[in-house]
Amino acid sequence: MARPKRPNVPVVIDGHEVMAYPDDTVLSVAKRNGIRIPHLCALDGVSVYGGCRLCVVDVAERHKLMPACGTAVAEDMEVHTQSRTLQEHRKLILEMILAEGNHVCAVCVSNGACELQDLAVELGVDHVRPDYQFPRRTVDASHPKYTFDPNRCVLCTRCVRTCSEVEGAHVWDVAGRANGSYLIADLGQPWGEAPSCTWCGKCVAVCPTGALAWKGKAVGEMRHDPNLVAFLTSARDEGEWLDRETM
Amino acid sequence: MHNTHVIDPVTRIEGHAKITLQLEDDGTVSDARFHVTEFRGFEELCGGRPFQEMPALTARTCGICPVSHLLASAKAGDAIMSVAIPPAAVLQRRLANLGQIIQSHALSFFHLSAPDLLLGMDADPSERNVFGLMASEPEVVRRGIRLRQFGQEVIEKVSGRKIHGQEIVPGGVAEPLTDDEVIEIGYKTGEAKQTTLDVLAHFESLLVTRFGGEVKNFGNFPSLFLGHVGPGGRWEHYDGALRVVDSQGAIIADDVEAARYKELLAEAGNTDSYLKSPYWRAAVGANGSPWDGIYRVGPLARLNVATHFGTMLADAALQRYRGRTGEIATSSFHYHYARLLEVLASIERIEQMLGDPELTSEFVRAEAGVNRRRGVGASEAPRGTLFHDYEVDGDGLITGVNMVIATGHNNLAMNKTIREIADAYIDGPDVPEGTLNRLEAGIRAYDPCLSCSTHALGQMPFQVQVVRPDGELLTELRRD
Repeated sequence: MARPKRPNVPVVIDGHEVMAYPDDTVLSVAKRNGIRIPHLCALDGVSVYGGCRLCVVDVAERHKLMPACGTAVAEDMEVHTQSRTLQEHRKLILEMILAEGNHVCAVCVSNGACELQDLAVELGVDHVRPDYQFPRRTVDASHPKYTFDPNRCVLCTRCVRTCSEVEGAHVWDVAGRANGSYLIADLGQPWGEAPSCTWCGKCVAVCPTGALAWKGKAVGEMRHDPNLVAFLTSARDEGEWLDRETM
Repeated sequence: MHNTHVIDPVTRIEGHAKITLQLEDDGTVSDARFHVTEFRGFEELCGGRPFQEMPALTARTCGICPVSHLLASAKAGDAIMSVAIPPAAVLQRRLANLGQIIQSHALSFFHLSAPDLLLGMDADPSERNVFGLMASEPEVVRRGIRLRQFGQEVIEKVSGRKIHGQEIVPGGVAEPLTDDEVIEIGYKTGEAKQTTLDVLAHFESLLVTRFGGEVKNFGNFPSLFLGHVGPGGRWEHYDGALRVVDSQGAIIADDVEAARYKELLAEAGNTDSYLKSPYWRAAVGANGSPWDGIYRVGPLARLNVATHFGTMLADAALQRYRGRTGEIATSSFHYHYARLLEVLASIERIEQMLGDPELTSEFVRAEAGVNRRRGVGASEAPRGTLFHDYEVDGDGLITGVNMVIATGHNNLAMNKTIREIADAYIDGPDVPEGTLNRLEAGIRAYDPCLSCSTHALGQMPFQVQVVRPDGELLTELRRD
């Protein structure tokens, strides 16, 4: 069904009535109306994953917290995005993400330009309560142009979805289960030996941390471009070229 | 029966250490040892990381001299990439190292050693500290802090931050220097230079009136001296080649590339300290002791290996210095004196560099991948010659690291110094506080940075002794 010209679904977010399109999610309508909901795995231009759970919100008459990125709007839906409980949930989720990998901002290529780091600042994560897992993970620098450091991977699957849905190569996927999950290229070979990789670099552009980076970048030099995917899909599907600086 | 005195911790140094003294019943010194009691292990934890991350990673070794590690590490990266970095990047790196020498020497002199030097070795310990100094010599402290601030600001302009900057990278530097930044530095050189000249004059007068005994007894022994020199034997801090001289001034080795350091130096482990003891390999025979290969690095050594500074005021001061010390200074107490001269020379060098239009060139970085599996980088850190030696795989991931730290080079000399001080000042089983402070001051003269210096994992010699209460050794286990 084609989108109406104007949003026509009334939704109340944090006491403010906003108008949504019928195909909006809570996150997309909130974003369009300048209401900040912390999120990590969500990425404009690719499908919803809902894995990080950082965007959980409280929806009236629902008995559990809902991920804003995967919750479709409904007429007169009442949503609360900021409460002490929500803040605490988000904070603990982020702490678990930090404890699960080896995130050392001081020596990371994305230091100063990292969505995970920004979220930690935003949510006030000044220490981590769960025990650090200190997993032993090996850097994959086999690709001539890029580097994959699984120590910094948060398994948001932005790269998986982008490579599959936008580039169409589906180099990346997730292997293993639960906290033993890990990112693989093709059938688990070194990235530089993955024949399906087109070297396009979209996965690197959308990575929220320093896990995927341009080879040769020193500490703090990596700059990602997460709006690239929405720019490309909008241009391809809508014939509309968005301004990537202001998206 | 042995009488043991332990100074734990040694204060006003960078890092954690203790000194133990073993005295015989009659009060004569049977042994004096300097133990570094902290372990860092950077050689191990860097394994598997991309070499491009190494400058910022190894800079975390230290909050005092991160620039030294940035430089040695970036130079090792340059070597792995096999590139000659742009001239502007060389100038920027040199500028950062001069700022580093100024701020670190200012810290050593004003914050750590000035309480001993200006208040006296035997001053009341409750006042013999930087707060006591602030009470009695507030203007000296204020100017010392300003001098250190100047050095830190120079570093900030180049590396992005005063501490743990990340803009000195393999291939050059990350950003060009702007005209405004150059002008800002230029505004502040005058005050820094005047402070240094005034303190130098004051210190020179104290050498005559107060510290004759310390000059004689603080590590005043023959040894080799190692450091970089530039063309014509000029004082050098970033590039150049290694030179070694002996206590008579004879050149033992010259024009040695830093990458050959392993041919010349060897490292001995210690059972009672995390700090290894490097020694000059050629001076030690097949069954010889590392003590035969004792050498010193740092300001004292750099002035001993160099012929001149190449700047007017520093060369004039160097003439006065050599008038007091002779052509080769053998007393480690003169590290303080040499430090002040290096600060003066560094400020003058900065003044010279600021007029070079190349300093603000936009071309600051060479790009390349792995073109060599091993890279050695060296620089003259404030405390002496620093080597970073990396091996990488074909993808540029670190497979081996050896960091030879300035403080490590001086380990044997520091041990010898405290033994010398103990012999000179201890007379009987009761050791006065002023003598204990002299032992600490003997270590402070080297301005050791212990947090930088203990990295090798799995190579530590190991010793277990079972000792009777009367000191008799019953059994001993060793793993060397």
